[in-house]
Amino acid sequence: MPGVVQKAFARKKPQIVKETAVLKPANGATYTPTAPAAVLPLSPNPRAKVPVSADEVPQQQAFKEVVRPDVQLALSERDLGEEIVKTLTATNPSAPKNVVHFNMRDRVFKLDPMVDQLAQHYSTDGYLLHHHSEEAKRQLDQAKAAEEAAARYQTELERVQQRREEGVGTASVGTDSEPPDDSRTLRNQFNFSDRAAQTAIQPPRDRGTATEPPPTASTTGSCSMWQIYDAYLEDQERQAAAEEQSSRPRGGGRKGAAAGAPAASAADDAARRGGGAGPMSSAAMSRVARVLERMANQNTFADVGMDFKYWEDAADGVRDAEGTLLPLWRFTAERGRYKALTALCWSSDYLDLFAAGYGSYGFLKQCSGLVACFSLKNPSYPEFSCTTDSGVLCLDLHAQHPNLLAVGCYDGSVHVFDIRQKGGRPLYSATAQTGKHTDPVWQVRWAAAEGQRGLQFFSVSTDGRFTLWTLAKNELIHQNILELHSDPGLAAVDADGWEDTSSPGALAGGCCFDFNQGQDHLFVVGTEEGRIHECSTAHNSGYLQTYLGHHMSVYSVRWNRLHPRFFLSCGADWTVRLWDSRRSQPVLVFDLGSPVGDVAWSPHAATTFAAATEEGKVHVFDISQNSIEALCEQRVVTQGRLTKIAFNPQHPILLVGDDRGCVTCVKLSPNLRRVSQSDGKQTAKEMEVAKLEKVIEVALKGMKEAN
Amino acid sequence: MGDITLVEETFKRISSHKGILGIVVINADGIPIRTTLENNLTVQYAALASRLTAKARSAVKQLNKGDREDELATLRIRSKKHEIIINPAFEKGHEYQLIVVQNPSSE
Repeated sequence: MPGVVQKAFARKKPQIVKETAVLKPANGATYTPTAPAAVLPLSPNPRAKVPVSADEVPQQQAFKEVVRPDVQLALSERDLGEEIVKTLTATNPSAPKNVVHFNMRDRVFKLDPMVDQLAQHYSTDGYLLHHHSEEAKRQLDQAKAAEEAAARYQTELERVQQRREEGVGTASVGTDSEPPDDSRTLRNQFNFSDRAAQTAIQPPRDRGTATEPPPTASTTGSCSMWQIYDAYLEDQERQAAAEEQSSRPRGGGRKGAAAGAPAASAADDAARRGGGAGPMSSAAMSRVARVLERMANQNTFADVGMDFKYWEDAADGVRDAEGTLLPLWRFTAERGRYKALTALCWSSDYLDLFAAGYGSYGFLKQCSGLVACFSLKNPSYPEFSCTTDSGVLCLDLHAQHPNLLAVGCYDGSVHVFDIRQKGGRPLYSATAQTGKHTDPVWQVRWAAAEGQRGLQFFSVSTDGRFTLWTLAKNELIHQNILELHSDPGLAAVDADGWEDTSSPGALAGGCCFDFNQGQDHLFVVGTEEGRIHECSTAHNSGYLQTYLGHHMSVYSVRWNRLHPRFFLSCGADWTVRLWDSRRSQPVLVFDLGSPVGDVAWSPHAATTFAAATEEGKVHVFDISQNSIEALCEQRVVTQGRLTKIAFNPQHPILLVGDDRGCVTCVKLSPNLRRVSQSDGKQTAKEMEVAKLEKVIEVALKGMKEAN
Repeated sequence: MGDITLVEETFKRISSHKGILGIVVINADGIPIRTTLENNLTVQYAALASRLTAKARSAVKQLNKGDREDELATLRIRSKKHEIIINPAFEKGHEYQLIVVQNPSSE
């Protein structure tokens, strides 16, 4: 009967069962307790109830005593029922989990995944050998050899004994009676002891050093589809060239082509050998260098570029009839520094390109002239520049052929340049033989239509001739269209009561002219005396109409870009006059306070124009907003007189040239460039034309009332 | 061949432009053949720029679905203080790179 004490509880909570073990005596007798075994005091378990059951288990039955120590964790039934898996592994718990070595080749720390898990707990060397092992064999052989030696010795001894017995009869005694040599080292089997001593064991230590890593150099390269393809192509080309060369001695007739091939390859070699010289002088290099120059300039003038594109004067939203000009770039040519800027012309194809002519207005201070083409992308150096013998007074870029530049000079000659060539020589030149003017040429203008024999341009000069030049194959052919007579029949008294004092029959000097947009043959010419004549190329003998108004020379006449009937003129008498071509009196007169060097219409608005005066100011008018005074009157240069002004055909910028050789670019504020938008019924152009006519009507009415 | 003077003039103008710190021309092997910077800096720029250009050129060629006609035209690196402009050219026999270092905000 196992002596197990058990107490039954009402809550069948499994708890620790403490068995009171009972030793079984060896002889099999059992021991039964007469009294229940000692009942250990139970820990106070508030939840446990100690029932008193009537059917107390009899003593013979097993008792199970459940004891709970204080510190035992109380687990729920579920937790107790949880199965905890315990696995037996063969790993050595004291072996490191990971070992890391520095790998010199890869120059990184490398993890050793396999760690030796062998743990030796006890080892000792025994004395048993396997009888097939080497050592055992050796020992057996040794033993055998010893036995054989002993056997041999025994036979020897016996033989000696025998010989002695036989030899007793003989007299020999002693000499060979030595016992045979028994050369065996004897081991005393009584007190022979093998003695060994062990030195103190030095604990092993691991020591390591790292050497200097070998010197490495890294190279990079890339390999991709296109590189492989290119390499194959190159190889093919080389093979083809090699084949051609090898076939050269065979074909006599192919000498020409073959001569070309080695020459080409020789040139290639030379180029490659040239090394530094080769790439430096190619055309591609010069183009790239120019692009780089533009990029450098873009960086320097980054804010100016941004302003040009995006800045709008916010104040214009507030003010009504006022505007401002924002200065952007300043262009100066090195060689034009002490010359006056005498001509400006925008290119119609390349909206960032303009041509500037430098010369001198002074009669006594004549100098050589300069023609320079600038791009807005590179304000520090002209794209093209070329000197002429005498000062440039006017120039014009052809609208359809943007590389042709016609130039008129102070000595009366005209030239035509190709601005793509950097040579500096004009394509065509007019000399005294070919009919150059005898006085300075004040204006040149390309004819819109090409003549039968080539491109044509017109020029006017103070010698009174209005000439048409034709670009024949290698010369300029001139043709005098008109001679500007100062007609005595015309009123001796002009509007302000001044008598016409020029002598009859003399030629008046022409200072400027402009062709009408709509009618190609119609043009107006301004003269030195202040008269403006309307003429036609079809009608050679006289003027269609004369306009009197200016007292001094007329510096510029311009037809309106949108309206075919109106034109502006400006002169040294401080005035800008707006004319209707049907009336001989000006419709509007503006007094600007100082001689007006140039006037220009805006290309988009029919009522806006700008004038440049010698005070250094630019006046911008919009007669639809204010027909009496300028919307903007702003000083653009600190010193110097403004000589020319030009609107850009597309961008809202204005170029102004002065007599210090400097071109300033300014941007118009929004109020100054109001353009009517097309409203579906009329195009913008028609609306502009209507706007101008309305203003003129009002002005005329005002004039009538005044008179 | 006659426009070598033109190229020289352009280089002179660029190097005297406001803010330009220097200009280096390197050939196909990455060796500087013309420079206005001092030696150490030149060698550094040459080595670094040629590798960068090779990588950029590879990128350009691989993009655009491997368009064979496309080629790197210019590489512009803007840092807070400088701008490095690299203009390479890749024709056979005329391989070179033009490197310009500029300080755009200098007065």
